[in-house]
Amino acid sequence: MQYAIETVDLVKTYKGKVAVDRLNLRVGEGEVFGFLGPNGAGKTTTILMLLGLTEPTSGSARVCGYDPTREPLRVKRVAGYLPEKVGFYDDMTARQNLEYTAALNGISVEDAEKKIREALELVGLADVAEHKVGTFSHGMKQRLGIADVMIKDPKVAFFDEPTAGIDPEGTDQVLRLIKDMARRNVTVLISSHQLHQVQKVCTRVGIMANGRLVAEGSVDELGRRLIGGGKFRIEAQVSPLSDRVISTVKGVKGVSGVEVSGDRLLISCDEDIRPQVARAIIDSESLLLQMKIEEYSLDDIYLRYFRD
Amino acid sequence: MKGLMAVFWKELSDHFSSLRFIILSVLIYLAGIGTIYVAAQNIRADVTATTRFIFLRLFIVSGEGIPFSFPLFLSLFIPVVGIALGFDAINSERTSGNLSRLLSQPLYRDSVINGKFLAGLVTLSILVLSIVTLVAGMGLRMIGVPPTAEELLRLFIFVFVSIVYGGFWLALAVLFSVFFNRTATSALASIAVWLFMFLFVTMIASSVANAIVPVDQNATVDAIARNDEIYRGISRISPGTLYGESVQVLLMPELSHPSSTLMLISIYTAGMIPTPLSLGQSLLVVWPQVTSLIALTALCFAASYIKFMREEIRST
Repeated sequence: MQYAIETVDLVKTYKGKVAVDRLNLRVGEGEVFGFLGPNGAGKTTTILMLLGLTEPTSGSARVCGYDPTREPLRVKRVAGYLPEKVGFYDDMTARQNLEYTAALNGISVEDAEKKIREALELVGLADVAEHKVGTFSHGMKQRLGIADVMIKDPKVAFFDEPTAGIDPEGTDQVLRLIKDMARRNVTVLISSHQLHQVQKVCTRVGIMANGRLVAEGSVDELGRRLIGGGKFRIEAQVSPLSDRVISTVKGVKGVSGVEVSGDRLLISCDEDIRPQVARAIIDSESLLLQMKIEEYSLDDIYLRYFRD
Repeated sequence: MKGLMAVFWKELSDHFSSLRFIILSVLIYLAGIGTIYVAAQNIRADVTATTRFIFLRLFIVSGEGIPFSFPLFLSLFIPVVGIALGFDAINSERTSGNLSRLLSQPLYRDSVINGKFLAGLVTLSILVLSIVTLVAGMGLRMIGVPPTAEELLRLFIFVFVSIVYGGFWLALAVLFSVFFNRTATSALASIAVWLFMFLFVTMIASSVANAIVPVDQNATVDAIARNDEIYRGISRISPGTLYGESVQVLLMPELSHPSSTLMLISIYTAGMIPTPLSLGQSLLVVWPQVTSLIALTALCFAASYIKFMREEIRST
């Protein structure tokens, strides 16, 4: 398989402090990869190295087969980048800003005009195309940033914290646009610390902490691996909480793990088996006081990971 | 090359539509017109039957009580223009969050600096050329003496030297904009250098010269000459001095030496008659000054280049 993004033992140190530590990352073509981790985990540094804006201390990286350190221009031709604190020229209009990007990419004026119109329509900024960017809200700037990435027709797109600091509606719009891009066979890498948002669009996620990739896989996979259980978690308050209840519940088909927490049972399972669990509890002559089910989200995985 | 041109055109249109540029040009046009008006009023008293280069005199003469001749005024104002066009070249991109977006586009990093410097230089050139043309045109109307071919040529070289001089200040301002993260800091640093060069260098130069070779009423010609030499040597640290000297020689062909004191001395001691130098000879006299200016510009440019190319884009 051809990887759109590949790093081999990528290391970056700043004045003795390790920002990225032997990172091995592989993102296949057309994937939407969620790059997760708390602030300062080394996500942005990795992206900057992939774009050739920062030189790695050691190790190597490839973006679409090009080495960002040796052939930065080739990488920049195929890669789009939306920085975390994206800025535009405030005294220029949205269209003028995009025209500048098009010119820098060597796109001819006629092509640029068409592409800019399409991109602005897609991100829903067509009617403010002639407004100065200085008057734009943060969410609008973020969408303009996506349009800015779009007009260069990238093969790979890097989004650094694309949803940071914008309202839920804006977040939805941004995520939908990123999804659209992925549908057009663009490999997307999203860095974020807001897991539940990224979860909606990513095909695969990697969790980074202290410069290392500590976990990688699809959301389901990660859940299974890290929590040692299934996709769902049933929480049941039982009285009395006898050993008999526990063993009966363990015997229910589909249960992959049972934990005790106070007077509650925490049951992991792959399907919604609440009726069976309820029956098992009652059958073992205990009272079922309440029961609820929740789906594992990245949040759990994430919190779980960083608690340990 | 495409990237460079894109940056260049964008910066150029930015300069021309900026309020900063409009204020600067109004200021400079007013001051230029003012000085030339005063010069035209006083030129009659200055010109004698034997004066050649009457048209050039127009640029040299200043009025009574107004010590500002046109070149002196330019030597003060061109730095302001250069600084104003360059002090926020790089750091404003950084603070506005444009830099990382800009550098993730397929263009060489030096294209950013080159494009910005070039746009500043072209803006500056247009400003200088237009004001000299304006002043020359006004002068022509007021005194009614057309310039000779040589005078025109000298004026063109004068414009060129002025642009080189402005280029130095522009390069210095760009240098500070690469080194300092805040635009206010880089602007203040550039202005500090400007003030230092204009106020302190001459002060330091004259006090050092007077300390080494004291000059009083009884001083010998030799002592005066040495004092002047030391003074000149030190004050040539300032690009303003380099510019002033070359402009003097260019616009006053009678001068065979940048220092009028030394000129007078050589006239007295050697019994020389001041005959105007040919253009080629004048150029030879100012050659060191002009090359020094170009070298200083290149130095600033190289430093900002090295810093900017090596700079890593950080996440914060």
